[in-house]
Amino acid sequence: MADSNGQRVRFYQVGSFAAGNRLLDPEQRTVQARMDRSNTLTSGHRACQGCGEALGARYALDAAMRATDGKLIAANATGCLEVFSTPFPESSWQLPWIHSLFGNAPAVASGVAAALRAKGREDVRVIGQGGDGGTVDIGFGCLSGMFERGDDVLYVCYDNEAYMNTGVQRSGATPPAARTANTKPIGREHPGNQFGQGKDLPRIAMAHGIPYVATATVADLHDLERKVEAAMELHGPRYIHVFVPCPLGWGAAAADTIKLARLVVESGLFPVFEAAGGEVVGVSKIRHQVPVEDYLKPQRRYAHLFGDPPRTDVIERLQAIADANIARYGLLDGETA
Amino acid sequence: MNGKPYAITLDVGTSLANKTGSWRTERAVYVDRMPPCNDACPAGENIQAWLYEAEEGEGGYESAWRKLVEENPFPAIMGRVCYHPCETACNRAQLDEAVGIHSVERFLGDEGIRQGWQVELDAEPSGKRVLVIGAGPSGLSAAYQLTRLGHAVTIYEAGSLPGGMMRFGIPQYRLPRDVLEAEVQRILDLGVELKLNTTVDNALEAMREGGFDAAFLAVGAHIGRRAYVPAGEADRIVDAVSLLESMEGEERPQLGRRVAIYGGGDTAMDAARTAKRLGATDAVVVYRRTRERMPAHDFEVEEASEEGIEMRWLSTVKHFEGGKLALERMELDESGFPQPTGEVEELEADSLVLALGQEADLSLLDGVPGIEVSDGVVQVGPNMMTGCEGVFAGGDMVPAERTVTVGVGHGKKAARHIDRWLRGEAFEPGPRHELATFESLNTWYYSDAPRTVQPQLEAARRASNFAEVVAGLDEESAVFEARRCLSCGNCFSCDNCYGVCPDNAVIKLGEPGELYEIDLDFCKGCGLCVAECPCGAIEMVPEQI
Repeated sequence: MADSNGQRVRFYQVGSFAAGNRLLDPEQRTVQARMDRSNTLTSGHRACQGCGEALGARYALDAAMRATDGKLIAANATGCLEVFSTPFPESSWQLPWIHSLFGNAPAVASGVAAALRAKGREDVRVIGQGGDGGTVDIGFGCLSGMFERGDDVLYVCYDNEAYMNTGVQRSGATPPAARTANTKPIGREHPGNQFGQGKDLPRIAMAHGIPYVATATVADLHDLERKVEAAMELHGPRYIHVFVPCPLGWGAAAADTIKLARLVVESGLFPVFEAAGGEVVGVSKIRHQVPVEDYLKPQRRYAHLFGDPPRTDVIERLQAIADANIARYGLLDGETA
Repeated sequence: MNGKPYAITLDVGTSLANKTGSWRTERAVYVDRMPPCNDACPAGENIQAWLYEAEEGEGGYESAWRKLVEENPFPAIMGRVCYHPCETACNRAQLDEAVGIHSVERFLGDEGIRQGWQVELDAEPSGKRVLVIGAGPSGLSAAYQLTRLGHAVTIYEAGSLPGGMMRFGIPQYRLPRDVLEAEVQRILDLGVELKLNTTVDNALEAMREGGFDAAFLAVGAHIGRRAYVPAGEADRIVDAVSLLESMEGEERPQLGRRVAIYGGGDTAMDAARTAKRLGATDAVVVYRRTRERMPAHDFEVEEASEEGIEMRWLSTVKHFEGGKLALERMELDESGFPQPTGEVEELEADSLVLALGQEADLSLLDGVPGIEVSDGVVQVGPNMMTGCEGVFAGGDMVPAERTVTVGVGHGKKAARHIDRWLRGEAFEPGPRHELATFESLNTWYYSDAPRTVQPQLEAARRASNFAEVVAGLDEESAVFEARRCLSCGNCFSCDNCYGVCPDNAVIKLGEPGELYEIDLDFCKGCGLCVAECPCGAIEMVPEQI
């Protein structure tokens, strides 16, 4: 599938890294390169400039729409994605879309799937989606139930690593050392969010033994779309965890959204992989490895690590996390998972 | 009441009513930047544009070739002999290796010859006649461009064959003569009249006698510069230009088994490699400075060394007596200038080749009013016109670097100015775009692809014959090489901007080539499209507030 540099197509100027490529067969270009893409999340939404979540949601849902011939229903958790897309009476959604509560999106999606089954509508597919707050914290019980019952839903989490909509409070997905509204760096003892296990939801999902689990980022569109399509080929509970930088919450430039998603992968801090039945079956290799500093520095939520004197001890601990990911998933060339 | 359920007071609408473009303080604007290859090309080729066509593969070769020959009628020659400053400037060199532009050019040129592609003339005949003096690269280039602009051109050439230094200066192992002849013939086939063995004594008189409206002089620089070397009667001294020129005759020059070449330019390398091919067992280049200060191009020195040419650095020739050269050792002073040391060593030699530079024979300008000559070359204005109205000049006889490509560029430039001058107008070149720097690119998106190196004849085999040293690329490698182009500064339809806009504010207008537009109703000015454009073809421009 990919050569040692992660290239899926060689000799084609931009290979398969860019959205499209005039030299490629149209079928090999991304859904996002197509003039007839669904634009499920259309213009006029109120997401911040350079919003990674708006991008991730359109990428995932457009791919799912194409995979299902447009027969798709989405259930959305409360969060930025819901707030910025549907201020009454406007909606940015160009597919059937339902919002109920913060914590029950997986349950609502399960209900929609059950209703469709009762009506014999096997052609219509269901997606549940939410941010990391609605998924790893508040909706976690409903999500685990959805997995465990075997409901026919693809759940997509857009992970921007905190509660952004309410003012950047930490979630179970906030990384260590990150500054949020309630993990302010104070003195040497409290350098931002605490170190610990956090909630590694892709691995928790895998522990349920469900048919398909994958991670992806907005920096690799081909990979993200392929995973959504693969998930739509299957039935039963499926889970995709998409890394979506948040310029506002992270204190990053709006234009750096995709760059940060690229760097988090290249540093090893966010492993990109897919798993079937609880076992890892594929990983995206690091193409040009970078130290974690390259990823941390452009973000003000880590500014306290680069003061005078810099917190090299904290940076080293973050590097150790990246190195552990690299070892666990075999992210460098020549290593296997 | 409005008949709606409780709490619903407004109709459901789409967010398209919310014009988020009002948030913007900067807008994204598509731009064209000057690719460094085009910027560096002395012939003014639009390299990026013809590479773009060639990237298509088989279906694109002819359109690539047509784009190429708009600026340069000699792609097959150029791909072989040009020192490719385009590749020195290529941004890809900072990523892995420069795009092998010359090898793609050569492939296209050879394909053009193989397929017999011809240039079509579509200009209205102007009724004007232009005299070109000299059928070298510059004169032929001018004749070609002037003919395409509708003028009738006659070339007077003093020699017995066309090509100038391409024939009498560049050895066959670098430029096979069938390639030269095919590309020259294509120009003549356009209706250019070529008069060989026609020496011009006075340019102005020749113009008047022939009834020409303008003239372009490109007589080159064919006189080998001499240095006084005291020598015995039996000791043979020849100059490199005459040596290379005589290679085109029936009889091969006799140099003996041990040949010394005095000089450090490309011509010295050509002479040394030619001597080796003529049977010399020892060919030694004597140069008064060091390798670093040698004007010859690196690849020439490398290829020469591979063929067994020896180099004597920091040496000057004192005298040549009885088959022995006296060489004085030099030392560089603080300003890098070689100073004699008084230490002398001997080198046995059957002949000495002087490759100390060339001078132009400007006798055809004697008595022509307004002509200014300094440092042995004719001064011309920015429009390539000499001080004499209607008489233009270019190539090696004017102040410039002396290469085939510079000559071709002069010919083209002069042709455009002559054309406008004949029409009573002035030629204004278009505005030059800002340079596309490496920093303006997002190189993440390009496939990792090191350069395809052209196969070289094995050194031992090539040193004894005049077969072409560097072979061409096969088709697959040529396409591969073309596709390594980064398209610096100009959109190549990768759809990235269209893909990465979180607001769907990039409108794709159609299929590749039709490009994109920014929907200013919804563009929030985040700059993601600019940051993620691989080739730096979008920029952020502040809004007027």
